[in-house]
Amino acid sequence: MSYGKYIRIKREQNHAPEYPFIKIKTMDQEIELRIWEFIDGHCNEVEKAFVMQKLAENSVWRSKYNELLGVHELLQKQELDMPSLRFTKNVMEEIAQYHVAPATKNYINKNVIRGITAFFLTMIAGLFIYFLGQIHWTSSSSNSLLPVSLDATKMNWSKLLNNSYINIFLGISAILGLILVDKYLQAKKNTGRTEL
Amino acid sequence: MTTTGQPDEEIINRVLKGDQAAYALILERYQNYVFTLVLRFTENREDAEEIAQDVFVKAYRSLADFRGDSKFSTWLFTITRTTCLSFLRKKKLDTLSLDNERTGIQVENRESGFNANLVEQKSKHAMLNQAIAMLSPDDAQVLNLFYKGDQTLEEIGKIMRLDPNTVKVKLHRARQRLKDKMEKYFANELREIHTD
Repeated sequence: MSYGKYIRIKREQNHAPEYPFIKIKTMDQEIELRIWEFIDGHCNEVEKAFVMQKLAENSVWRSKYNELLGVHELLQKQELDMPSLRFTKNVMEEIAQYHVAPATKNYINKNVIRGITAFFLTMIAGLFIYFLGQIHWTSSSSNSLLPVSLDATKMNWSKLLNNSYINIFLGISAILGLILVDKYLQAKKNTGRTEL
Repeated sequence: MTTTGQPDEEIINRVLKGDQAAYALILERYQNYVFTLVLRFTENREDAEEIAQDVFVKAYRSLADFRGDSKFSTWLFTITRTTCLSFLRKKKLDTLSLDNERTGIQVENRESGFNANLVEQKSKHAMLNQAIAMLSPDDAQVLNLFYKGDQTLEEIGKIMRLDPNTVKVKLHRARQRLKDKMEKYFANELREIHTD
């Protein structure tokens, strides 16, 4: 019997949960994983009861548990490194030059977001209207299932820049662009003042 | 983490209201945690102090962005991690991958150093710190955040931008690698721990 099959049968017998996220290679790893979950308190009641039973009955489990508990306790008692004594003073001196910046949500102007949205919507709508204008609606079509014929080679691209509607669209886009640049420069100027 | 004294949120409110000196309390509370985390990335105390200082200045400047929907420590450790990563990117320190263990000449040097130091440094904590220093920065950071940073798997996931299940796997593997390192290089000390 393969080891994988053995593990599957054992799990079914014990009604224990599987660990799909960890590729278990050996019996030892399987035991360790379950004991770590038990030590961390991450296992459910069934699993907890199962591990406790194993610890009471099986010396291999018990010795593994003591070994891992030792590492766990050692990690808990781990000492932190300390920076130099001047550290606090250095940081306090440095922050003395600054102010707390306003929260991001406050300086992201909603009007700028709306302006960008309007800019893109106008652009998309303009192009959509233009392409609709280029479509030749037909009642029947021999080769296509669609009731329209749209031949890119027959489309009059020169109209794209000569059409008055397109010129209006470009004009609106340019104005919106200028408004956005103005807002951006104003915001930058204000931020500079606050920092000073 | 620190349960005594003023809660973090209260101190933050004081700082936001203009009491810059109150930030020293935050510094005092978290400087060792941040410094230890940074040290796992740089292994150089001077660089670590510089980065840790940068972390606290960044945190101060964007304090208004802390919305309180997570623990302050989680927010601060996220800044710590991103600052460390950008520092490493900027300095292009070594060629170590964050996921790889420290290998090659560097580890050989460390090992010879460790063996020489073993006679002098017999304490469990020194052993643990040395074993952790042999792990990859990611492994060391997961262990630090879980054991010393008082972070849950979900919180570590937020800091490292990983799924909690992935964090669980990382934690398990980090402990496994730590145990392997300790068994390989500090077998005698481990035996002492188990007999304690």
